[in-house]
Amino acid sequence: MKVAVIVFPGSNCDRDMYHAAGEVAGAEASLVWYTDTHLLDDVDGILIPGGFSYGDYLRSGSMASTSDIMNKIREHAEKGKPVLGICNGFQILTEAGLLPGALMRNKNLSFMCHQEELVVEDNETVFTTLYDKNEVVRFPIAHGEGNYFCDEETLQELKDNNQIVFTYKNNPNGSVEDIAGIRNKAGNVLGMMPHPERAVEALLGSEDGLRLFQSMIANWRSSNAVNA
Amino acid sequence: MRKVQVYITLKQGVLDPQGKAIQTSLHSLDYPEVEDVRVGKYIELQVEDGPGLEGRVTQMCEQLLANPVIEDYRIELEEAR
Amino acid sequence: MQLTHNMDSEKIEQDRLYQDMGLSDEEFEKIKTILGRRPNFTETGIFSVMWSEHCSYKTSKPLLRKFPTEGPNVLQGPGEGAGVIDIGDEQAVVFKVESHNHPSAVEPYQGAATGVGGIIRDVFSMGARPIALMNSLRFGPLTTNRTKYLFSEVVAGIAGYGNCVGVPTVGGEVQFDDSYEDNPLVNAMCVGLINHDEVQKGIAAGIGNTILYAGPPTGRDGIHGATFASDDLAEDSNKDRPAVQVGDPFMEKLLIEACMEVIHSDALVGMQDMGAAGLTSSASEMASKAGTGLEMNLDLVPQREQNMTAYEMMLSESQERMLLCVKAGREQEIIAIFEKYGLKSVPVGKVIEEKVFRIKHHDEVVADIPVDSLADDAPVYHMPSKEAAYYQAFQQIDVQTPAVNHHGETLKQLLQRPTIASKEWVYDQYDSMVQTNTVVTPGSDAAVVRIKGTDKALAITTDCNSRYIYLDPEEGGKIAVAEAARNIVCSGAKPLGLTDGLNFGNPTNPEIFWQMEKSVDGMSAACKALQTPVISGNVSLYNQSKGKSIYPTPVVGMVGLHESTAHITPSFFQKTGDNIYLIGETKNEFGGSELQFIQDGKYEGKAPHLDLTIEAERQEKMLSLIRQGKIQSAHDLAEGGLGVALAESLFSSEALGAEVTLTGDATVALFSETQSRFLVTVKPEHQAAFEDVFADAARLGQVTADNQLTVTANNEMILQEDAAALKALWKGAIPCLLKSKA
Repeated sequence: MKVAVIVFPGSNCDRDMYHAAGEVAGAEASLVWYTDTHLLDDVDGILIPGGFSYGDYLRSGSMASTSDIMNKIREHAEKGKPVLGICNGFQILTEAGLLPGALMRNKNLSFMCHQEELVVEDNETVFTTLYDKNEVVRFPIAHGEGNYFCDEETLQELKDNNQIVFTYKNNPNGSVEDIAGIRNKAGNVLGMMPHPERAVEALLGSEDGLRLFQSMIANWRSSNAVNA
Repeated sequence: MRKVQVYITLKQGVLDPQGKAIQTSLHSLDYPEVEDVRVGKYIELQVEDGPGLEGRVTQMCEQLLANPVIEDYRIELEEAR
Repeated sequence: MQLTHNMDSEKIEQDRLYQDMGLSDEEFEKIKTILGRRPNFTETGIFSVMWSEHCSYKTSKPLLRKFPTEGPNVLQGPGEGAGVIDIGDEQAVVFKVESHNHPSAVEPYQGAATGVGGIIRDVFSMGARPIALMNSLRFGPLTTNRTKYLFSEVVAGIAGYGNCVGVPTVGGEVQFDDSYEDNPLVNAMCVGLINHDEVQKGIAAGIGNTILYAGPPTGRDGIHGATFASDDLAEDSNKDRPAVQVGDPFMEKLLIEACMEVIHSDALVGMQDMGAAGLTSSASEMASKAGTGLEMNLDLVPQREQNMTAYEMMLSESQERMLLCVKAGREQEIIAIFEKYGLKSVPVGKVIEEKVFRIKHHDEVVADIPVDSLADDAPVYHMPSKEAAYYQAFQQIDVQTPAVNHHGETLKQLLQRPTIASKEWVYDQYDSMVQTNTVVTPGSDAAVVRIKGTDKALAITTDCNSRYIYLDPEEGGKIAVAEAARNIVCSGAKPLGLTDGLNFGNPTNPEIFWQMEKSVDGMSAACKALQTPVISGNVSLYNQSKGKSIYPTPVVGMVGLHESTAHITPSFFQKTGDNIYLIGETKNEFGGSELQFIQDGKYEGKAPHLDLTIEAERQEKMLSLIRQGKIQSAHDLAEGGLGVALAESLFSSEALGAEVTLTGDATVALFSETQSRFLVTVKPEHQAAFEDVFADAARLGQVTADNQLTVTANNEMILQEDAAALKALWKGAIPCLLKSKA
């Protein structure tokens, strides 16, 4: 499976994502600078990493969400290819309208970085099939603006369509309904604040994130086998 | 050239933790009369004047300057010189 | 073209305007001799920043020469942006510490942020990718609104910058003492990783080569920051605000990535960051180091503000700027790399044969200075030194054991002392994990980052107990280095070398200079004994306010190497049934201890004694046992002694407890701060092997499963506390102080 890790000016988890999805999980990963839109033509999945694209100036994710490459990513998403946005990547996906809602400043106004326990609410997305439903996993969080917000109506829709994929066991940032990660209706676009790419090696404290990348690869393989 | 002023505020109903923190501080500085604080952004643009200026600035707000999910905006155009 | 002897030059001399820039009468005379004429305004400014303590080390140089700076693995000692040490496999580690004390006292967020930005640039200008940040902070007691503000904003500034550039802040230390009330210390350390063949030097070599300016335009930021940093912190320093620079971590991130690409181009000759004294120091040092001269046209320098003068451009400390020397004719290759990252880079000058530093502006030569005079001819002062009056008095004070009635209560008090209490409130705000290498996160004796693609890892620590150094600078200096090395060893790594951040008061006071001299003597002795050369460093003087000097605070930043990640050893207890040992005898030493302060409200008496031979021997034995897999956990005994170390060892688990038996005076055994001691746990099956090596280690007891800390002394249970309750106090102390009203 070929996956592209998108690098915006100010992305800083790009090489971590590349390491996790590629070197550890075994996808054929490449780093794609945000102006090299053409390099996305033949990829099977898109990974938008964390960081501070455009310095988080104006609003986190806002400037990256208006760049040309987002149109290409939108096309991929519409075709049903997996698109994963982590941390700043999640913020970019909401700013671009690929996922509903917005990420606001943490309730305590501080950046926070530590391991958090998450509940896998939905194990039917292409990213979560290797998890059990309601399984508790440990991923690090590292964000200042991870407080998920959406209006009542949107929240109801998220619930009705099973779009809430991860919730926090102990809500650290004030997110509505403890939301840590959501997907689009089709299920191929996932955005989440916690960092699965930082949890793929026991040496670093948790391997729980590895199955997220493995799910993505396994699902691509099986759907490709069917197509072939 | 015209000066365009854009005021961006959080929508009513959206929690503003920064505003709450400022309010608490003001209270502790003995300003109990402060009932609410909302923090927003002020953006100043120098724009070449032309027909449809206001409409274009509105587009800028919708596309980039404000996030309609959580923010409201208000545009003020300086009188044409 | 003629040099403009603008009418200023006479006035500068007559009205002694040079004094306002920090130059003495003698220094001004020396400049006149060097130039053979009076300097103009711009030249006076250039000399004043280059001859400031910050750039020239004019008062600390005679002391710095005492440090051992060489070793078999040292690839680059002091003198470049940062030092470099070989770690095998054609890789090397690059590191340096830098202070940003005065800017942080005036504008804590930006002061701390730009301090982080500056030290990162020092490291990547060497060609190294920055892989870890540490910081060493000192504040007054957390009881005033001002100190709480300084503390919160400094932490936020470090977080704001470090998190955005994507370099993990993996640890550090914070201490609180009265002496830092008006003069906080903010020292940041950056560690980078490099391949041997990528090591860059800040040189402007090759006659005719081009000098390229990269980064954002120059504004009037921080003019005279370098002399500002070398001045007393006056009470009205709030009015100095314009001198503080504003950092842009987004720009820095782009600059890092661009420079990481630029170093792979053979069109690059050298590069250096524009730090203190901006364009002046980077350009003149690059030429001086290469044995060349340099000609620069200020009209070409990108400018953010209108009508900037030559003086302002040469002295501006606008952030995130780099100066490069590029092979003539190949400028475009480098410019294209910067362009990819949205950064401007423009040729501003060239390397010339004549060894002068020649600056043109508006078609006039505005400075023409023999280039070596700026770096090499800076005056060196041998300041008078006099033993501090308090020292002999302290040496005469009889050793006393504090009276402790309830050891459990005392332990609780100690755990809540801000210097000992958990710093989670601080480090939770730092992204400690980005780059996915952090094996040991903040809160342990040393942080550990693995090196991808190898089985190796690096241990990093910063240490300096300034109370000991105040009581006895020489003994305290030894302790600072030994403690850092002990922390590295406890993590399972071999100490490689160190960087020092020397923070002292006013060196023209002979008693302060004595503190400097003696602490450097102590540190040097420890460096030699422990084979840890000093490869880089920073000096910050005049740290005093309202006539009150800070405690002498020579911060030690040390890096060690784990040859295998299997050697990484936690500082917390691991498993029920493990044997608990104390290595090293405990003496009645309470001078400078936390308990002394709790009881007496001051630090006095003798600092703990340190025997370097014993220290070196124990560290070596510890390391060999760790490498043989005989040690489960290892923790250095520091502030609060054994009692605090035992409690801390239980804080990573919700289940483990410890049952220990002590001999001798219980208060001494629990709370003395005797040096060169380790608290370790050993699996029962390794007990014999351990005791073979450390025959005199005291077996205190065992790790239990009851989450209780139980201490028996002389057949009497003197302490039994719930570990979870102790942890709650320890963890809650700093947030609680921050919330409480002043």
